[in-house]
Amino acid sequence: MTATVEPSAAEHEVGKARIRKEDDHLITGRTKWTDNLVLPGMLHIGILRSPMAHARIAGIDAETARSMPGVVAVYTGADLAEEQGSLPNAWAITEDMKAPQAPSLAVDTVRFAGDAVAMVVARTAAEAQDATDAIDVDYEDLPVVLDLADAASDGSDLVHPDLGTNVSAVWTFDSAEAGTGTDVEDEIRNAEVVIERTFRQQRLIPAFMEPRSVVVDPTGTQITMWSATQVPHILKLMLAMTLGIPEHKLRVIAPDVGGGFGGKLQVCPEEVLALLAARRLGKPVKYTETRSESMQAAHHGRDQIQKLTLAARRDGTVTGLKVELLADMGAYLRLVTSGIPILGAFMFNGIYKFPAYHFACTNVFTNKAPTDAYRGAGRPEATFAIERIMDELATELDMDPLEVRAKNWIAHEEFPFDTVAGLTYDSGNYEAATAKAKELFDYDGLRREQAERRERGDTVQLGIGVSTFTEMCGLAPSRVLGSLSYGAGGWEHASVRMLPTGKVEVVTGSSAHGQGHETAFSQIVADRLGVPFEDVEVLHGDTQTSPRGLDTYGSRSLSVGGMAIVKAADRVIDKARPLAAHLMEASEDDLEFTGGQFTVKGTGASVGIADVALAVFAAHNLPDGAEPNLDSEATYDPDNFSFPHGTHLCAVEVDTETGFVTVRKYVCVDDIGTVVNPLIVEGQVHGGLAQGIAQALYEDAIYDESGTLLTGSFAEYLVPGAPDLPHFTTDRTETPATGNALGVKGVGEAGTIASTPAVVNSVIDAVRHLGVRDVEMPCSPMRVWKAIQAGQPTSTQGDVR
Amino acid sequence: MRVTITVDGTTYEDEVEPRTLLVHHLRNQLGKVGTVIGCDTSNCGACTVMMNGHSVKSCSVLAVQADGADVTTVEGLARDGELHPVQEAFRDNHGLQCGYCTPGMIMSTIDLLAQNPKPDEHAVREGLEGNLCRCTGYQNIVRAALDAAQRLQADESPRLERTESPQTRTDSSQTMQETGGAR
Amino acid sequence: MIPSGFDYVAPTTLDDAVAALADAGEDAKVIAGGQSLMPVLRLRLNSPSTLVDLGRIAELRGVREDGDAIVVGAMTTHHDVITDPLVGRHATLLTDATQTVADPQIRHRGTFGGSLAHADPAGDLSAVAVALDATLTLVGPNGRRDIGAEDFFTDFFTTALEPDEILASVRIPKHTGWAAHYEKFHRVAQSWSMVAVAATVDVDDGGVIREAAVGLTNMAAVPVRARAVEQALVGQAADVEVIRAAAEHAAEGTDPMTDPNADAEYRTHLAKVLTRRAVVAAAGV
Repeated sequence: MTATVEPSAAEHEVGKARIRKEDDHLITGRTKWTDNLVLPGMLHIGILRSPMAHARIAGIDAETARSMPGVVAVYTGADLAEEQGSLPNAWAITEDMKAPQAPSLAVDTVRFAGDAVAMVVARTAAEAQDATDAIDVDYEDLPVVLDLADAASDGSDLVHPDLGTNVSAVWTFDSAEAGTGTDVEDEIRNAEVVIERTFRQQRLIPAFMEPRSVVVDPTGTQITMWSATQVPHILKLMLAMTLGIPEHKLRVIAPDVGGGFGGKLQVCPEEVLALLAARRLGKPVKYTETRSESMQAAHHGRDQIQKLTLAARRDGTVTGLKVELLADMGAYLRLVTSGIPILGAFMFNGIYKFPAYHFACTNVFTNKAPTDAYRGAGRPEATFAIERIMDELATELDMDPLEVRAKNWIAHEEFPFDTVAGLTYDSGNYEAATAKAKELFDYDGLRREQAERRERGDTVQLGIGVSTFTEMCGLAPSRVLGSLSYGAGGWEHASVRMLPTGKVEVVTGSSAHGQGHETAFSQIVADRLGVPFEDVEVLHGDTQTSPRGLDTYGSRSLSVGGMAIVKAADRVIDKARPLAAHLMEASEDDLEFTGGQFTVKGTGASVGIADVALAVFAAHNLPDGAEPNLDSEATYDPDNFSFPHGTHLCAVEVDTETGFVTVRKYVCVDDIGTVVNPLIVEGQVHGGLAQGIAQALYEDAIYDESGTLLTGSFAEYLVPGAPDLPHFTTDRTETPATGNALGVKGVGEAGTIASTPAVVNSVIDAVRHLGVRDVEMPCSPMRVWKAIQAGQPTSTQGDVR
Repeated sequence: MRVTITVDGTTYEDEVEPRTLLVHHLRNQLGKVGTVIGCDTSNCGACTVMMNGHSVKSCSVLAVQADGADVTTVEGLARDGELHPVQEAFRDNHGLQCGYCTPGMIMSTIDLLAQNPKPDEHAVREGLEGNLCRCTGYQNIVRAALDAAQRLQADESPRLERTESPQTRTDSSQTMQETGGAR
Repeated sequence: MIPSGFDYVAPTTLDDAVAALADAGEDAKVIAGGQSLMPVLRLRLNSPSTLVDLGRIAELRGVREDGDAIVVGAMTTHHDVITDPLVGRHATLLTDATQTVADPQIRHRGTFGGSLAHADPAGDLSAVAVALDATLTLVGPNGRRDIGAEDFFTDFFTTALEPDEILASVRIPKHTGWAAHYEKFHRVAQSWSMVAVAATVDVDDGGVIREAAVGLTNMAAVPVRARAVEQALVGQAADVEVIRAAAEHAAEGTDPMTDPNADAEYRTHLAKVLTRRAVVAAAGV
């Protein structure tokens, strides 16, 4: 029994820039990537992929392949047609949504270049590859559907002729119908100013650094799958449902996973195929994709055409917003493909007080790789569109872009605020974040420099871009997901195990792949239980260790998963309290728990949680009927989303002679509520910014007219390197979320969501005086240069001025 | 073909197919799975190792080409249980998230600092152009590299000094003359 | 991905390499530093029966002086080219351009000769070889022959090398005292040149351009010598207006292609801007 020491605020783990626990094994190469795994007698899978975007499989000659050295089996779609089922889609956004059959191995038709056509299982990866190359497929061309607008129109060729249309679903939200606002058509009719713009969200590739990999071991009593996935729990459930394998006979493990960004939020054909091969052959199998395969066949992101109509008064007050989207599904609906645009539907109004809002989205099939979640998933698209068009409004009214925003945003005293899209924003302080960002950025100074450069006719022009964003995070309140017809809930699960030596094991259902859960969750538990940070071990990513969970995506790990841990830890304390009282022969009511110690008020007598844990292990001296167990679990389902927000300011230099854009300065002030670990938060923001800037300037998944992906490797798909990105200035304001006890909001996607419009706005701002109104993303040098040429009727193209 | 390659201080003699990439040999034959593969076009740099004192992408070298070479991977950096200063700098500056690019980033940083012990931010960014990271936006990697430079300045003990093998260094004027290289 | 199977020979002399290549037949392929060939093999875009590795032939490496020229061994790595004092003194343009090739790891393996023999129109060193009037020495079963750089490059990824020949060395006339600049334009650090300009000028004490050489990367299937630009520069004062006017001729005689990053019109425009910048930077005005 020791004296209680009241920890000072400085001793709290939450808020400390703890160096990550995860890192020691990652910096020394003592890693557990899926592809590292070797099992006795393990076989290797090679997958033959269609080079055609749309074709009938007239025949497959695999005889040569079957006779090649090391080849154990060759499977075609026909071989597996009965057992492979259809890859799951969990989000029927409308009752009449058209969801095509999605075989893992194409049976009679391929629908995008990269569709799997045959699988070779061989003794070595090289032999599997050799045999894969020896398979001869006879394809009969079918018409290729690529253009999104054309695909949606009547009379188009069809990706799935059996569906009779390329339109999968039309989903609408209308504020007048929902009772959240007025009628948008009225507002547009009565508006003093109407701005109409069409923006293109280009197709992106998540480009996680670790290629997808899966190992399946069918020996023993359960089938065990290791996969480079973000979603081991969802994967297990979906494999069971898709393949009819009893759920309790499956175990899924996500070992070290090298990034995901939504790209590994999937039930992949390759995972199904590996499982089927292992089951048929009774041997462990491994499949690891190459980067080229990953670019072609793993799901892509974004790819929308966004038509916006904004109504406003001449004083800058916005009065209505109408959004008409075309969203490219690609060839099939993967896990949440259909719902991605819907995640954006509630965000187009951004931080602004629109009286009226209408959203309509048409989901369309094309002969391209399926789209699905990519960092931000729906929200970056929405944020881009609203932040771009707010700049257009400012231009139209000759107002400063920050002024027009301030005129319309929700003032901090107005929270909680019910938005026109039907959400309730719990908290925020847009004024504070913006003021801080302006100061860090030297907004006024850069505006002066911009004016001077314009005055001088400098060949290098300066542009300033603004993005005052919010996003809905912490996916998600289960009842909200239910109301949107999503196929699952949004809760998260945790358990906390007190070990006899006072060490703590925390089991979480979220599944980290670079986010630093082990560190951040340890900090939370250390504070909650009053144990040393080092004494907490966070376990995750194995459905045997962590039987319940909904995994990691949508910036949910802390605000949902972290809260489950808080609840479970509190239950440990609740269970320990009567035992501590018993040990001290005191009344439970007289105990208080701080700093890991139960103290009898007024006496100074105390017992530590570790002492209780040991006493529980021994179980020699417990109250009558007490269960010798402190371990507790909890499931947390949030009542509301969380709403991180922030102000991002970007200054670019545009070389008007070449169109080349250089980011000169980037300042962001994010408000993500309470911060558990500022080091991790900063890292998440940096990485998010890089991906958002990459969408603005560099990345684009381009198909040629035959449906071949031209950007099928890192040589063509321009993931920026260190020399291509600027130094970021990041700061924060801290307005705690009111919806959860931690006050946290989530930070995984903020940088990506906010930065893309800030950069594009700055590019346009740099050259607007040259007649440029818009530049399609990515703002490549050629596009910017051509926009300048087109904006300047007097110039002769091609001349050096 | 028979190859003899010294990896992280241990010499291994193995039979390899000529088509075996060095990185596959390291991972599959020698169990050096700390070195990883991120692409198939020599872009990402995740597989970077030191070969005879120079950073190379081990996916772009055949195992047979490495016959006789001295290779250091991320697994061979720590000495007597002590991390290499570059490893420490990556950890202390949060220079990694998922950690997949990290082995290559660390090896490239070591090479960069061997060639330019006092780089500025620009030189670090340029020096790491052969390595892609999708998580960090590079800012903390750059910070780690600059910090590592400081640590290495302070560190007296020789860390992975460049070794010039006879294969990569020859008296070029002499060899050229022997063949009349450019008659 | 794993390359298709092949036989492998690593001769230690040039003569042995020529013999090995002849023995191996027409499906054989020479590998230098693997900068371009390794990805090609891994993607199985090419499946040679035999790889003849030049990596162990000491005589193909290094730089030496030979009268009024320097001779760069074909297997000299980019890294060694960059740090070579002879190249730095007599062919600054090569130093400058080589620094922009790929990345440090690739520059440790990739070679000058390999880059030229690969003949990628977006490759940075072909234009340099053309600008510096380099002569390439090719060795085959019938002996050796010399060929000028402009004649060496014949089409996209195609050169005058016969299947049984090996590029042994590159002779570069000394450009001692010439200033140089390689102006590379690409979207990200790792991407290929959309257009690049290799410029080197000899400016006398009075500020008059005595001689000029300008090579263009990726403005045609082969590297292009911008002779009209050179003619407009020679004998003129090295000032910005003169250079600007001369650079207007940059696209003459080019045949730029169109790809998603740049169409022919844009490339034509870039050639002029980048030529001006390259020459201005080289001349230091």
